[in-house]
Amino acid sequence: MIYNIPFIAVVVMIFIGLYAVVFRRNLIKMVIGITIIECGVNLFLITLGYREGGVAPIYTSLPKGTRYPSEMVLPVPQALTLTSIVIGVAVLALMLSLVMHIYKHYGTLDVRKIRRLKE
Amino acid sequence: MNLLDVLIQHSPPLIVAVPLLGAFLTPLVGRINEKVRNIFALVMISITGFFIALLASDVFTNGPRVYVFGAQNLTLPVVRVLFEVDSLSIFMAIVTFILAFVALVYSWSFMKENDGLDKYYTLVLLVVASTLGMELTGDIFNFFVFLEISCISSCALIAFWVHKGESLEAAFKYIVISSIGALFVLFAVGIFYAQYNALNIATLANVIQFTFLDKVALVLLVVVLGMKAGLVPMHMWLPDSYGEAPPSVTIVIIGATQASLYGVFRMCFTLYSGAFQNITISESTIGLIIIMLALLTILIGVLMALIQTDFRRLIGFVAVAEIGYIFLTIGVGLVTLHDPDMIEVGKTAMQGGIFHIINDCLDVGLLFLVAGAIYYATRETSLNEMSGLARNMRCTTIFFLIGLLAVSGIPPMNGFASKLLIYQSTYQLNPIISIIAILASIMLLAIFVKVFYSAFLGPKISKFENVKEVSKSMLIGMGVVSCIIIIFGLFPNIVIHYLVEPAVNALLNNAQYISVVLGGV
Repeated sequence: MIYNIPFIAVVVMIFIGLYAVVFRRNLIKMVIGITIIECGVNLFLITLGYREGGVAPIYTSLPKGTRYPSEMVLPVPQALTLTSIVIGVAVLALMLSLVMHIYKHYGTLDVRKIRRLKE
Repeated sequence: MNLLDVLIQHSPPLIVAVPLLGAFLTPLVGRINEKVRNIFALVMISITGFFIALLASDVFTNGPRVYVFGAQNLTLPVVRVLFEVDSLSIFMAIVTFILAFVALVYSWSFMKENDGLDKYYTLVLLVVASTLGMELTGDIFNFFVFLEISCISSCALIAFWVHKGESLEAAFKYIVISSIGALFVLFAVGIFYAQYNALNIATLANVIQFTFLDKVALVLLVVVLGMKAGLVPMHMWLPDSYGEAPPSVTIVIIGATQASLYGVFRMCFTLYSGAFQNITISESTIGLIIIMLALLTILIGVLMALIQTDFRRLIGFVAVAEIGYIFLTIGVGLVTLHDPDMIEVGKTAMQGGIFHIINDCLDVGLLFLVAGAIYYATRETSLNEMSGLARNMRCTTIFFLIGLLAVSGIPPMNGFASKLLIYQSTYQLNPIISIIAILASIMLLAIFVKVFYSAFLGPKISKFENVKEVSKSMLIGMGVVSCIIIIFGLFPNIVIHYLVEPAVNALLNNAQYISVVLGGV
């Protein structure tokens, strides 16, 4: 059970984020929602990377008596998470700059007042 | 080993690297002179085209080609990033190249009066690089990375006219949709890694078990990539962003959308091919659901296009309907390909679908270019305000007529060739599907005849007395697309034989795709 807690947290975070994106009317809150989804997915990847009894694959600082490579952990999920965090920052910056321009243009962040593209 | 072999061997990474390098050099080159910068962007795209041609000639004769990053050969377990190029990938790369080249030629005079053009060219080249990356990669995480790059750079392009509130709104909609979508792709990647310790498409396709988690991943991938391609009910961002982006780049964004469609093809027919092996027609739920959604997409796209008054939004909804035709073939393929009696039907459907990808890009792209030309000449997008433009813009009118006939599938244009294959195969599965598809095509014709009448014919308006024909580079851009449309329409058998059939065979020959990677280990 205790090992499942991170996965439950992942699902909860993704749903909180989706709720914010779908039901909130403030653009900034929608952006926050997307960030929460992103954190959830990153947490998922990190949780997958955990191996019980494994060591980090750094050759120079191996604990005494480790058998390598069998006890070393392949650091793919960590690499994926780092990439995903970097991409997430870029997306966040772009979204916030768009929100800024929208605020300059319309003077509000309420989606109901901004919508011009209907039908 | 002579020079040509070396070039061919290294062309998969170069196809992505050259536009990427060009993208970041463009602002530097732009310091010299505007003309030099435009030529530089065109040269970069042409070099990419040269490598694509080299690689295509090799792939069509010798089969799929693998390029491993950071190693000479593969070792087990396959954790390296690799590019795997088969005929379908190279087919999509050719499509992307044609669209990007036309867009750059067209932009030359279309965007002349805008400032910030250094960034514009950077973004266009970035979209091209990421689209090509999505099409050539053999690694599912790498696919996600290129998907994100394409979504960031397309979003910035959609918002390029920052002074217009509508384009900001469309861009925000686009980035919300695509970043959430990309995150769910990453989630699916996590699911694969958790089960099989692999990220490589070929390795995954070899070991996939179709467990419950795999089904979840399949649904996530199809939904997300369908959303990125504009499948109803997640199509609402597509007409907005197509309609509000500068018309010169809409054609590039169409290319990026088609890369998502390529993703659907790849996931359904390569990654999950082994899992679908033993499923009969009545059990193929996902195929039937995709067929339903595709029919809805066609109908909603056409019906919404009927009531539009804005020229570019109207074409955006037509683009939604055209996407529906391609999804229809994916659905038909999924339903029939694993049934020995129906396999020919499935093959015809796939041929129609893959042929329709290039035709859809060209037809819809041409219409957007025409809409851009009208906007350039008159600063008008509303159909209610336009009238009698055929008097002053003769060439543009001819190009519009070509686009009109092609998009509604009238011979001798290319739309007819691929749509006939689609009608033929869907009729054998169920006549009602093909009846709906034909009906939608006829309605498309009606819509564009209405547009033609209201914009190009009709009485002279004093406002448009001084309207001139657009400048040469825009005419060349539209002319190139029209020529390809007519050539494809006149000789469809040649195109199908040399381009489409190898792509379909590569898609269906799943064992070869896997063995090229795993056989070399």
